[in-house]
Amino acid sequence: MRRTLSYAVVTNDERNAADEHFGAACQRTLMPAIEVEHLTKTYGPSRGIQDISFSINKGEIMGFLGPNGSGKTTTMRILTCFFPPTSGTARICGHDILQDPFAVRRSVGYLPESVPLYHDMTVTGYLNFFAEIKGVPRRARASEVAEVIERCGLETHARRMIGMLSKGYRQRVGIAQALLNNPEVLILDEPTVGLDPRQIADIRGLIKNLGGDQTVILSTHILPEVSITCDRVIIIYEGRLLALDTPANLVQRIQKIPRLSLEADGPAVDIAAALQRVDGVRAVIPTHSENSPTATFTLETEPGALIVNELACCVCEGGWTLRALGPDPMTLEEIFIQLIDAQERIQP
Amino acid sequence: MNMLSILKKELRSHFSSLIAYVVIAMFLVVAGYSFYTYLVMFLTFVGSDLKLGLWQYTFHYLRFAPLTLIPLLTMRLFAEEKKMGTIELLFTAPLRDIDIILGKYTACLLVYMLMLALTLLYPALIALYFGVEVGPLFACYFGLFLLGAACIACGTFVSSLTENQIVASIVTIAVLLTMWNLDWNEGIAGQQTIAVLHQISLSEHFLNFIRGVIDTDSVMYYVSLVFFFLFLTRCSLAARTWRGLK
Repeated sequence: MRRTLSYAVVTNDERNAADEHFGAACQRTLMPAIEVEHLTKTYGPSRGIQDISFSINKGEIMGFLGPNGSGKTTTMRILTCFFPPTSGTARICGHDILQDPFAVRRSVGYLPESVPLYHDMTVTGYLNFFAEIKGVPRRARASEVAEVIERCGLETHARRMIGMLSKGYRQRVGIAQALLNNPEVLILDEPTVGLDPRQIADIRGLIKNLGGDQTVILSTHILPEVSITCDRVIIIYEGRLLALDTPANLVQRIQKIPRLSLEADGPAVDIAAALQRVDGVRAVIPTHSENSPTATFTLETEPGALIVNELACCVCEGGWTLRALGPDPMTLEEIFIQLIDAQERIQP
Repeated sequence: MNMLSILKKELRSHFSSLIAYVVIAMFLVVAGYSFYTYLVMFLTFVGSDLKLGLWQYTFHYLRFAPLTLIPLLTMRLFAEEKKMGTIELLFTAPLRDIDIILGKYTACLLVYMLMLALTLLYPALIALYFGVEVGPLFACYFGLFLLGAACIACGTFVSSLTENQIVASIVTIAVLLTMWNLDWNEGIAGQQTIAVLHQISLSEHFLNFIRGVIDTDSVMYYVSLVFFFLFLTRCSLAARTWRGLK
C-alpha cells in the first residue's frame, strides 16, 4: 500500500516534470520558421522598408498584402539573401540571414515576381540546372525533378522549350523551381499575377497543399486571394507594417462601420431624404453621376443594425423602383486609408 | 563544383543561340581569307621568309577576333540574365558571386579556344608543303589566347553594368579598341608618358608574341588584366547590396 502510494506520488512528480518537458518540446516545434527583427532597408527616395518585425510559425501560409511599391519585394529579397538590410536582421529556420546566408539560401525556395526563366531551355533542363546549383545530389536529381514536375502538373510539357509555354505553364515552372530540394520555407512573390481564373484556382490549390509541411510567404495585392489561401496576413504600406492578423480578424476590424449600397429609380434628393429617416442609417452618400437616370447611394449603418427590409420598404413606399440593395464591401484602398489614418492618429 | 554547373549551363546556352555559331563562322570566313591572301603574297614575292613572316602577318590580322567578335560573345553574359530577371535566382541560390563569374568567364573562354582551335587547319596545311616551326607558332597562338582572355574579362565586366546587350557590346568594343590604340601615336605625349602607355596598351604586348617572343612581362600583363576585370565584375555584382537590382 505504502509502496503503491509512494509510487503514485513519484508518478505525479514525474508527470509534472514530463509536462514541463513536453511544453518545452512544443515550444521547440513551434519555434518560428521565420523571425524578422526591425528590418530596415533604405535605397532611393521613396522605396524601402522601415522597422518591420514579425514571426511566422512552421507550416503557416502567410499572406503579404500591400499595393505595388509598398516594400513587399524588398522584404522578400532581404529574406532570400538577395541583398542585406540596412539595419535589423532575420532568422530563417534558425539561420541568421547575415551570419549564415548560405544555410538560409539552402532552406528557402524563391519565386521572384518576374518569374525568371531561361527561354532557350526545356522545362526538364531548367529544373535540372537549378537542382544542380541547389545542391541536390546527382543520383537524386532525376527523381527530384520528376517529383516537382508532377506536383506542378507539368508532365505533358516537360520536354517543351520554356519560351514556347503559355503564361500559366511558365508560372508553374517557376513554382516547380522554388519547390526543388524540398525547402522548408517558400517565398512566392505574386504567384498568381497575370493568370486566368482557372489557372489562379490551380495555383492556389497547389499552394494550399503546401501548407502544413512547408512555411509559405505569399505576396499579393489581391485581397480575396489572401482570405482563400492564407492562415495569417501581413499588411504593409509604404514600407511600414500596418497589421498582422488572421483574415477573419482583419475583416472584422475593417468592417467597423457596416455599409450597404442601394440603387433606385427616382429623384435622388427625395430618395436620399427618405433613406436618411430610416432608423439605423448613419449617413447616406450619393455615388451616382448627375446624368445617370438611376440614383445610387452608399449607406453607412449602425453596427449590428439589420435594416435591409426597412430600406426596401422605404424605397417602395416612396413609389420608386428598387434596382439593387446589398452589402458594400470595402475596397483595398479604403482598408489601407483606414489603417493609415489609424496609424497616424496614434503616431502623429 | 557550383562553378561547373554554371559553366555547363553557359556552354549550352552559347550553343543553343545563334550568336556563337555566327561569330565562329564569320571569324573563320575573315581569318581564312586573310590567311589565303597573305599566303599568296608570300608566294608571289619570292625571297621573303614565309615560314616566319606568314604567321606574323596572319596573327597580326587575327587580332580583330578578340577586339570585335568577343564583345558579341560576352555581351549577353550578365546583361541577358539581368534583363530576364534570372540573375535574381542565381543571387538567391546557394552560389557565391565568384562561382557565377568564373563559370560564365570560363565558358566564354572555351568557346574562344574552340574558335582558335579551328584555325589549326592553316598551319596543318602549311606543314604539308613547307614545314612549320612550332616555337614561334605556339607563341602566336599563346599571344592570341591571352589577348582573348583579357578581352573576355573586359566584356564580362561591361556586361555586368547594363541589362542592354547591344550597349554592352558597343561599349566593350570601344574600350578594347581604345586600349589597343593607346600608344600608337608616339607624338601625343612626352617620352615618360608614352613609356607608361606602351606598358598598358593591348597592342605592344601582343606584338611581342607574334614576333615569337614569350615574355613573362607580357604574360603577367594579360593575366593581371583578367584578374582586374573579373575583380571589377565582382564589385559590380556586389553593388546590388546598396543600390538594388538594376
